Amino acid sequence: MLDYITSYLNSDTTPGSAGNMFWAFVYIILIFLGLSVAVIAMNWLERKILAHMQVRLGPMRVGPHGLLQPIADALKLLIKEDIMPSQADPLVFWVAPLMVVITSFTVFIVVPFGPTHAVTDMNIGVLFMLGVSSLSVLGVVMAGWASNSHYPLMGALRSSAQMVSYEIAMGLAVVSAVLMTSLNKDGTGTLSMIGIVQAQQSQQVWFIFKFFPLGLIAFFIFAVAMVAETNRAPFDLPEAESELTAGFHTEYSGFRWSLFFLAEYSAMIAVSSIAVTLWLGGWMRPFPNALSGETWDLVFSLVPGLTFLFLAAMTFYSTARMPKHPYFKVQTIGLGGFGAVLALIGVALFVPPVRDRIQDIFWFSAKVALSMYMYIWYRGTFPRYRFDQLMKVGWKVLLPLGIGVLVLTAIAGILF
Amino acid sequence: MPQNYVPIFIFIAFIAVMLPVTLLAAKLVRPDNPGKAKLMPYECGIDPVDSSRGRYTVRYYIVAILFVVFDVETIFLFPWAVQFKALGAFGLLEMLIFLLILVVGYIWIWKKGALEWV
Repeated sequence: MLDYITSYLNSDTTPGSAGNMFWAFVYIILIFLGLSVAVIAMNWLERKILAHMQVRLGPMRVGPHGLLQPIADALKLLIKEDIMPSQADPLVFWVAPLMVVITSFTVFIVVPFGPTHAVTDMNIGVLFMLGVSSLSVLGVVMAGWASNSHYPLMGALRSSAQMVSYEIAMGLAVVSAVLMTSLNKDGTGTLSMIGIVQAQQSQQVWFIFKFFPLGLIAFFIFAVAMVAETNRAPFDLPEAESELTAGFHTEYSGFRWSLFFLAEYSAMIAVSSIAVTLWLGGWMRPFPNALSGETWDLVFSLVPGLTFLFLAAMTFYSTARMPKHPYFKVQTIGLGGFGAVLALIGVALFVPPVRDRIQDIFWFSAKVALSMYMYIWYRGTFPRYRFDQLMKVGWKVLLPLGIGVLVLTAIAGILF
Repeated sequence: MPQNYVPIFIFIAFIAVMLPVTLLAAKLVRPDNPGKAKLMPYECGIDPVDSSRGRYTVRYYIVAILFVVFDVETIFLFPWAVQFKALGAFGLLEMLIFLLILVVGYIWIWKKGALEWV
């Protein structure tokens, strides 16, 4: 039994490929916990960043700088009454949030956090991700229909129309990236998520810069489509507050509503990680070929630790700036403790065995985090589209653009 | 490599057990005090006029049908994209013919006004 557990650690495949279900389960639990923490952190970050963009303070009361706000919100949602409208269809109403959460979480099985850090590596990875993430539209339609109320139904219809429209542009952009993976000596590409990153490694270029500007345009199409797919601003028509109250989850309350929230944010992380894998080099550190060699390896391997130390320094600076009034004593201690935890993590990341193992995960997460920041930035910057404009962008701009980029990429692939 | 697909079922089983358990746990701590007004469909305080499952615009159907056409087309492109370099110029030509037929249809639906929302 112990051999079974330790044998995996020395292999260089993913748990799924090695057939080691113990480690697969460990990875699954880690992903589940990591996602929950990421969603909680995103909740705080989004409110805070959005607030600062609008010259507000954002949450400040619950915990130092509102750090405990998401936990307070989660507790509030847990002890809130859960209402099921009398005219609703109970079974479908019950299943819909589960459906949304299951689909948006299952996608993470193939996300490659590193060459070995994925639950499993399927040879249809990209298709699996696209297929499963588009299943969440079912949950949305179920939620809207089961509520038996006007706003949710309109929200669900809008949401499904929008999601299926942008899925086509998304698929075309993905095809042009998959096409780039086949430009090697064998002439065969791959759909496996790990294989795609390795293809970028062997071609020594991130696909966003390949056949400039074709890769960039494909990435742009995907970046627009992924915002629309996840129903986020500026394409958040399905939950436009001014028109539809809250869209398809108007009738949901309490913990069941929070499942929709969880699903929305994990779907955002999921599509961001597809974008990172296909175009931004996945787990690779910046300039793996131009700045190679022992020295550069060492320099880049210090970045994760330094990032955490920088965050810790910022936290300590904020701690020093907390008001000196006795009322704030607990908050000041709490913030200082948070900084100390960050500093400890930073120091731990300098230890060589940890440093080598955490590298890939760090760079992948950093790229995904950048993409998540862009989501918040869009929300703070762009006004909401009208629904006819949204469909126009999807069908009349992104779809022809996607076909054009695909054809041009193919011609460029034959010529060069 | 069938073992590659086993974790999917572990994952789905894990979540499908976790979520109902959490929902049931939430049931233990939350208040449960429904009333007639609370259980009415939410219409911003106004009594709902008729059933919500009435008619809605036909454009949603058109979008759904167009989606099926174009999504199947995208799926057809995947095998070609994976073998792109091996198939070479011949494969590209074949795919261009396929895309040409599709684009003709696309222009037709555009001219027909199926893509107009208003």
